[in-house]
Amino acid sequence: MDDVFSSFDLVLRAFWLTLQLLVLSGVASLLLGTLLAALRVGPVKVLNRLGTLYVSVVRNTPLLVMFIFVFIASPTLDLFVGTPFLVKGVIALTIYTSAFVCEAVRSGINSVSLGQAEAARAIGLTFGGTMREVILPQAFRATVPPLASVLIALAKNTSVAAAFGLMEATARMRFFTNNNANDRVLIFLTFAIGYIIIVEVMSAGAYSFERRWRVAR
Amino acid sequence: MRLHTRFHRTAALVAGLGLALSGLAACGDAGDGDAETVDVEVEEDAADAFDDGTRMKELAESGEITIGVKFDQPGIGFKGATDDMPTGIDPEIGKILAASLGIAPEDITWKETISDNREPYLIDGEVDLVLASYSITPERREVVGQAGPYYVTGQQLLVASDSDIDSLDDVKGTEVCSVTGSTSLENIEAEGAEPRGFDTYSECVDQVLSGAVDAMTTDGAILLGYAAENPDELKVVVDPFSEERYGVGYSLDHPEMCQWIVDTLTEAQDGDAYDAAFEATLGQSGVDTPEAPEMDACPE
Repeated sequence: MDDVFSSFDLVLRAFWLTLQLLVLSGVASLLLGTLLAALRVGPVKVLNRLGTLYVSVVRNTPLLVMFIFVFIASPTLDLFVGTPFLVKGVIALTIYTSAFVCEAVRSGINSVSLGQAEAARAIGLTFGGTMREVILPQAFRATVPPLASVLIALAKNTSVAAAFGLMEATARMRFFTNNNANDRVLIFLTFAIGYIIIVEVMSAGAYSFERRWRVAR
Repeated sequence: MRLHTRFHRTAALVAGLGLALSGLAACGDAGDGDAETVDVEVEEDAADAFDDGTRMKELAESGEITIGVKFDQPGIGFKGATDDMPTGIDPEIGKILAASLGIAPEDITWKETISDNREPYLIDGEVDLVLASYSITPERREVVGQAGPYYVTGQQLLVASDSDIDSLDDVKGTEVCSVTGSTSLENIEAEGAEPRGFDTYSECVDQVLSGAVDAMTTDGAILLGYAAENPDELKVVVDPFSEERYGVGYSLDHPEMCQWIVDTLTEAQDGDAYDAAFEATLGQSGVDTPEAPEMDACPE
C-alpha cells in the first residue's frame, strides 16, 4: 500500500486519463447521439431507417467487441494505424455510447406532446427550427435522468480501455495489484473510491440541472 | 420397442463393464510405469513432516492434482482452443512434479490462471500448484509460497525487422506494449517508454505487426517464440535488462510442499528430465538449454 501512496501521482495521472476519455467521448456521444435521435424522429424516411439501423446494430454489440474492432481488427485493414491511442479509445466509446444517448434523447422528444410540434409548424417554423426552438429545449429536460444514467455507465465503461493500451485507472490498478499481492483489497478500494467520486460528481451535476430546469417550467 | 430398450440396457451394461475393466488395466499400467520411485519419496516426506497427513500424501492418495498455468504464452504455457493439454516449460515442470506423486499427466487438471488470480487461486485452494511464469518476489512470498526458481529469464524487446530500435536507450518516448498489469510493462515505463497494456500477448504482437506500437516487451523466451513464427517481419533486440526467476507457487497452508518441490526439481535437474522439458518447449525457438538455476532454500 505504501507503494500506492508513494507514487500517488501515477494514480492521479491514471484518473486524469479516465476523465479525458469520459469527457471527450461524453461530448462526442451527446453530439452524435442527438444527431441520430434527430434522424430517427425526422421526416425523412431514409434517414429514419439509417438511425434505426445504427441503433440496433451498435446497441446490440458488446462494448468489448467495439474496442476489438477499433484496436485489433481495424489496423489489419489499414484503418486507424497512426491514430493516437486516446483518440481510438474515444472513437470506440463514442460509437457505443451514442446509440444509448440517441435512445435517451428520443424518449425525451417523444415525451413532448405532438401539439407543441403542430403549433410550431403553424407559426411557420421549419423542421429544424421546430426541433431547435421548441421540441429539444423541452425534451432535454425530460432527458436529464436517463442521460445521466448513460453518462455514468460511460464513466465506468472507460475501464474497458485498460486492456487496449490506455493506462487509465483500471490499468493502473492492475499495475499496482501485480506487485502488491498482499495489499490487493486496499488497492481495489482506493481505485473504487476514485470511480465513486467521479460518478457522485456527475450525479450531483445531473440533479442540479434537473432542479434548475424544473423551476424554469 | 420393449425388446429394443432391453437390448440397449444390456449393451450399455456390457460397455460399462468393458470400460471399467479397461480403466483398471490403465491404472495398472500407469502404476508399473513411472510411479515406482515416486511412492517411496512421498512416504519419506510424510515421515519427515511434523503434521501426520502432509499435502503431498493427500494428493498422492487422491491421485489427482490441479495445476494453474498460463494459456497464452507460447513456449512457457500455451493452450490453443482445440488443444487437450497445455504445452510449454511450465506444464512440463508440472508433469515432473505430478509424476513424483504417482500422478500421470492425464490425471492432472490444468486450470488457466492469469497474473491477477494466481494468489487468490492458491489461497482458496482452487489450484494445488501454480506454474504460470510466476516470478519470485518478496511481496508475493508474503501471501503464498514460491519454491524455485526453476527457470531464469530476462526482459527483451520484439520489434519490426526494419525498426530503428537497437538499444534500451532508443525506447524513450516510443510506445511499447505488453500485458496490462505485468512487471514487464512497469519496467519499460521506468525506461521512459509509453506503456501500452493489452489483454494477451497475441493482441500485443498484432499491434507490433500493424505498426500501431513501436515494440513489444516481455520475457525473452516468449518473444523468441513469436519471432520464430514471423521471422521476416519481427526480430528480438536488446540484451536482457531484467531478471525474472520463475518459481512454483503453493499455498502457505502447506509449507511442507516447498521442500518437496525443491527436491523433486533438483532431482530432475541432476537427471535429464529438466533438459528434456526445456528442449521440447523453449528450446524449439532456438535458445540454448540454460544452466539449471540454483534454487532458494525453503523458509524455516
